[in-house]
Amino acid sequence: MEKMQRDWPLWEVFIRSKAGLEHKHAGSLHAADATMAIEHARDLYTRRMEGVSIWVVKSSDLVASDPGEGASLFEPARDKVYRHPTFYDIPDEVKNL
Amino acid sequence: MSAALQSAAAAAPTLRQAQFDYLLRLGDTSLVLAQRLGEWVGHAPALEEDLGLANVALDLLGQARLLLSYAGELEGCGRNEDALAFLRDVPEFRNHALVEQPNGDFGFTIVRQFLIDSFQRELYAALAQSTDERLAGIAAKALKETEYHWRFSSRWLVRLGDGTVESNERVQRALSELWSYTNEFFAEDPVDRALAQARIAPSLASLETRWRAVIEPVITEATLSIPRERGKLTAGKRGMHGEALGYLLAELQFLQRAYPGAQW
Repeated sequence: MEKMQRDWPLWEVFIRSKAGLEHKHAGSLHAADATMAIEHARDLYTRRMEGVSIWVVKSSDLVASDPGEGASLFEPARDKVYRHPTFYDIPDEVKNL
Repeated sequence: MSAALQSAAAAAPTLRQAQFDYLLRLGDTSLVLAQRLGEWVGHAPALEEDLGLANVALDLLGQARLLLSYAGELEGCGRNEDALAFLRDVPEFRNHALVEQPNGDFGFTIVRQFLIDSFQRELYAALAQSTDERLAGIAAKALKETEYHWRFSSRWLVRLGDGTVESNERVQRALSELWSYTNEFFAEDPVDRALAQARIAPSLASLETRWRAVIEPVITEATLSIPRERGKLTAGKRGMHGEALGYLLAELQFLQRAYPGAQW
């Protein structure tokens, strides 16, 4: 017989701080199911009015990049400064870019 | 003075007295339950539940503060929320006996919470329409919080009831033990009648029908059953309490009793 799992599975929590902004990773928590994960996230991460919307994702469902491949994945971007939009003059009237 | 005016003058303090009593019932129920839930801090089965219960406790404490402040103003004897919370003894408390019952295990706490959340949700929904505007405002705020408390406790009741054999047995035992404490919710007395007549509070009979309609599907989903026997009738709202409340108040009130007037 399969050994009963003692701990609830881990969930990653994403909070949208206000309408129009993106959900940002806030942390993680344990919960038995998705409903409980949302309730826990509400209690743990929005009790000081941090959010207007919550996403939860099972941590085991996340696919992460391999730290061992860091060199080939990220280092090629290092010498390509021209990809930063810093070569334009931004008019004063433009507040948010 | 005409006879009509005289009788109006005599009736006025009675309604005021009833209002004061009624506000104590609401405020004390929230205060005592907040204290009970606070006892879970550091002891809940998971860190996440620890915070969940503490959040509910803080919501209830906030409600108690608003209600007791208002009660003190209505009474007009200079007692503020602190005087009412910290300087009254057991027989002066008006909370429902249900909420003073010791926590027991997590399942027992959830059943107690489920029974009071469902009642408060229906009650505050009705009180939000009260002719007493200040009470209606407090109720509207409390209703939003109570909706969440109800969601929390009813989901947990289903998880435990429809969980393992042991969790089912434990919550069924708790439901059988706590069920009779709900009789008091709907036992109408002169205070309830005076407030219903003044359209400040709903009639308890109408509330009971709505309450039953709300809890029965959840209890069924949790594969639990409501005891056939209605059982004893407690009267916490008239100041009759068990010894458990004395210990609770001893802890709640210790600081103000030992160091009168102490401030942060």
